[in-house]
Amino acid sequence: MATEHTQEHGHADHAGMTKKRIWQVFFYLLGITALEFFIALVLMPMGMNHGLGNFIYVVLTLLKAYYIIAYFMHLKFEKTAFVTSLTVGLIFIVYFIVLLLTEGSYLHVHMN
Amino acid sequence: MSTTVSQLDKIKTGPWSGGRSPFEAEYGKIMMWFFLLSDAFTFSALLIYYGAQRFTQLTWPDPDVVFQSVPGFADHGYPLVFVGIMTFILIVSSVTMVLAVEAGHRGAKNEVVKWMIWTIIGGLTFLGCQALEWTHLFHEGYGWGHFPESYKGTDAVGALQFSNLFFTITGFHGFHVFSGVILNIIILAMTMSNVFEKRGTYIMVEKVGLYWHFVDLVWVFVFTFFYLV
Repeated sequence: MATEHTQEHGHADHAGMTKKRIWQVFFYLLGITALEFFIALVLMPMGMNHGLGNFIYVVLTLLKAYYIIAYFMHLKFEKTAFVTSLTVGLIFIVYFIVLLLTEGSYLHVHMN
Repeated sequence: MSTTVSQLDKIKTGPWSGGRSPFEAEYGKIMMWFFLLSDAFTFSALLIYYGAQRFTQLTWPDPDVVFQSVPGFADHGYPLVFVGIMTFILIVSSVTMVLAVEAGHRGAKNEVVKWMIWTIIGGLTFLGCQALEWTHLFHEGYGWGHFPESYKGTDAVGALQFSNLFFTITGFHGFHVFSGVILNIIILAMTMSNVFEKRGTYIMVEKVGLYWHFVDLVWVFVFTFFYLV
């Protein structure tokens, strides 16, 4: 797997992020943001489905988050055990989203 | 039996056998990561509550209508432009921060100083933009417990929730940016007075860098859920 490959090399080149790589990630982030603006300012007014639009926004946001955490925050180059100990807890966030959306849809029907 | 003894005598060298950090990361850096994890829970709680409210209410203020001014340029008619500029500033300052960390790995003091100064300028510019945006929204009638009188009936319920949550969440994020700028200034001063040069490591730049990137990360989510969705 690609991740494990990086783990092995991770510490050899601890600097991991060369200047070239940093700017590369910057342009990825900029490109994704530009794409979000394109959807919001061009595709949405043209009558794009809002549900689909929002879904794409969330996917693009998670992609941006991945680039920031993996490369800028260097997490991709840390030990697997450390990465796991940090990310496992995020399950609770997912669970909280499920809980509050269930609650929200209940209130939507019963309070309004 | 003799085999067992010799196996016990053998020195274990695995990552979890003691004597070294199994994560191969410095203590302070690990603690910064766990602090950021806890901060991530705080922000998620705020944002998820925001999502639930938006899901519950019958109507919600349209972001393209609320955020359509460019302070100092035009009062309306430019949805997303100003927040686009703010997002760009924050991404750039994240890049200059990671360049400072990279320079720190090479022990290049002058480069660290240069990139830290740019990062601080980026942070302050972002805060300035946020102040302008807030001022504009206050003038329009938004604020904690306030919303413009144009929202009536069921619209008013959503508008009130929007108002409160917008200022609370962007305020909490702005507070993080502010403390990040303070930390960056401290690190800049320490770099300039050769503290890290004497220590032989620029790991403090890396730790504060983690915090700064986290602030950028939170903005990515705030931007999506307040301005785009």
